[in-house]
Amino acid sequence: MPRRSGRREDQRTERMLGALAIAVLVLIGAMIVTVFVNAWPSFSSNGLSWFGPGGNVDTQLRAMQESTPLPGHDISYFRAWPLIWGTLLTTVFAVVLALVVSILAAVFLTEFAPAPVRRTLEPVIRLLAGVPSVVYGLIGILALAPLINQHLISNGRKQSVAYVVQLNGADLTTATVILAVMITPIMVALIAGALESVPLPWREGSVALGVNRWRTIVRVSLRTARPAIVAATVLATARALGEAIMLAMVSGGRGFAANPLDGLTFLFEPVRPLAATIVQQSEGLTIAPLAHTIYAMAAVLLVSAALLSFAGWAAKQPLKQYGIRA
Amino acid sequence: MEAGGLVPAPARPIVVRPRRQSSASWPLIDRIGYWLCWATGIALCLIALAIVVFMFVKGIAYLRPALFVKSPAPSLQQSQSGGFLDPIVGTLIITAIGTVIAAPAGVALAVWISEYGRPVSLARAVESAIDVIAGVPSVVLAIFGLLVFSESFLGFLSQNAVNGSVYGRSFFAAGIVMAILALPLIVGSTREALAQVPDRVREASYALGKSRASTIRWVLLPSIRPQIASGIALGMGRIIGDTAIITILLGVTLTTEGVGSVPLIGTLRGTGSTLTSYVYNNSPAGEGNAPQKAYAAAFVLLMVVLALNALVTRLTGGRERGGRLSALRRALTSRRPQWTR
Repeated sequence: MPRRSGRREDQRTERMLGALAIAVLVLIGAMIVTVFVNAWPSFSSNGLSWFGPGGNVDTQLRAMQESTPLPGHDISYFRAWPLIWGTLLTTVFAVVLALVVSILAAVFLTEFAPAPVRRTLEPVIRLLAGVPSVVYGLIGILALAPLINQHLISNGRKQSVAYVVQLNGADLTTATVILAVMITPIMVALIAGALESVPLPWREGSVALGVNRWRTIVRVSLRTARPAIVAATVLATARALGEAIMLAMVSGGRGFAANPLDGLTFLFEPVRPLAATIVQQSEGLTIAPLAHTIYAMAAVLLVSAALLSFAGWAAKQPLKQYGIRA
Repeated sequence: MEAGGLVPAPARPIVVRPRRQSSASWPLIDRIGYWLCWATGIALCLIALAIVVFMFVKGIAYLRPALFVKSPAPSLQQSQSGGFLDPIVGTLIITAIGTVIAAPAGVALAVWISEYGRPVSLARAVESAIDVIAGVPSVVLAIFGLLVFSESFLGFLSQNAVNGSVYGRSFFAAGIVMAILALPLIVGSTREALAQVPDRVREASYALGKSRASTIRWVLLPSIRPQIASGIALGMGRIIGDTAIITILLGVTLTTEGVGSVPLIGTLRGTGSTLTSYVYNNSPAGEGNAPQKAYAAAFVLLMVVLALNALVTRLTGGRERGGRLSALRRALTSRRPQWTR
């Protein structure tokens, strides 16, 4: 009977697809568990000071690679603060920069741009989103860094910090600018989408009350689209945290904690975030203590990504009552 | 019947803009905001223009036809260090492996989530897992992959060292992890498309005595073919552009180094390079430091990615709800941002 065989076929399909879904779930679970299990030795031997400052990260990593413990310390001695600080600096600066730019750009795209301009801007944003990170890195290290080195960093400034660090243009500024260019398209796409879907009557109501278009956008559209702006920021932050290759190429390659007390020089000091460090040290994954340290960095990235997506979810909860799902 | 004829092409939302209002009467601060918007829009265009022009100028200056047919060779002289034949082949292999795995798996997952999705808690969990994949940095995926493929029972996918340990780096390993990377994009596109198929289409099929499975196979999937294709193209773009997984999981040797004597399998178990890792290694950050080669390869890479982008636009074209950025948006979130009234 066709119907009965159809039902059996149905069940078989559902089970097969369900098994695949469970396999994906298991895979992700396995990934999280594996990373943490492998990270544990590094955390347990360093304790909470793993996250703290203390010494030169690069020396510590080299010590692990050469299996010669630093004098007075364990082989797995590691203080990740310069890398964490580098991650924070590049991410926060880039996201703040990109947030301002992308809100303005999204408003422009949805409200002010005449049709021909809009038709140009949309492919431009898709293009910026599509450029591979290694190409961004290449542009950063071969075009932007020399430019900054020649025109923005004076010799006096270089000499003032020459005893700790060499300034060569591959620095916090370059990293931040390129990172911002990389995450802006993501945010523009999401924010513009939200602005487009603000119910027309709400905006019409505002305009009908004699409010000009700019105020309408700020007071009605942007305010309603707030959850989407939060979601876009969260997504962009996750991207910025995880960006490895571009930052490994651009951000100076030294595990140096840029010091805000250095005044403007701070902006030209090299930084190296966690993800970039993982890429640069990946050769050492066969050496046990170094591998544990690398997995510990990966675990930190995983936890931050998870916290971010939770924060994004939580920020959107109160807005559900208005029928907004973002 | 044209492809996708079952889904009525949704009209693009008619954005009724207020009649052009002169900003001259606005307060100063509003006018500043207005002009800042224009400035940002133009600045973004200029940045993109600068990137494209820069890569064109540098790329064409250093691109030689010979680069496409020569293998890379170790040399300090940029004129002696060969071309990027092997990296191009490597990119093709990795993309093929990744797509062959990710496309069916992604479509199947999307179908399960939107057409079956029972029990609901499991469906929610799977959705979150896919979001996790989309959010996890690819370096983390890569080092997880290295750990998995270094297990001895997976030794047949890479090479075994003399002392019995498994190397864990091969085209197989990199391709499979790339498939995980591309999965969320394909799932997202397919789910979005399935959600747009009206229920009456399904009901009509059931009324004709079709089972759910055959409705999916013969009615739903054929009608959303272009959207699936665009999801796959997006996934391929992600695979081609990723570098972290390659540098960690492909063992980045200059040329494609096969293992053993079996021709195809041997290559796939071996190590090699792709365009992205070639650019990375030839940049000042890598070991080769041959900027001319890096520019030329980056130009080729950019062209490939732009071509894929154009393909996505063509596939989704004007028949897509939500304007031209919606493909990009879908690539970013597998959940649909929307207003429910």
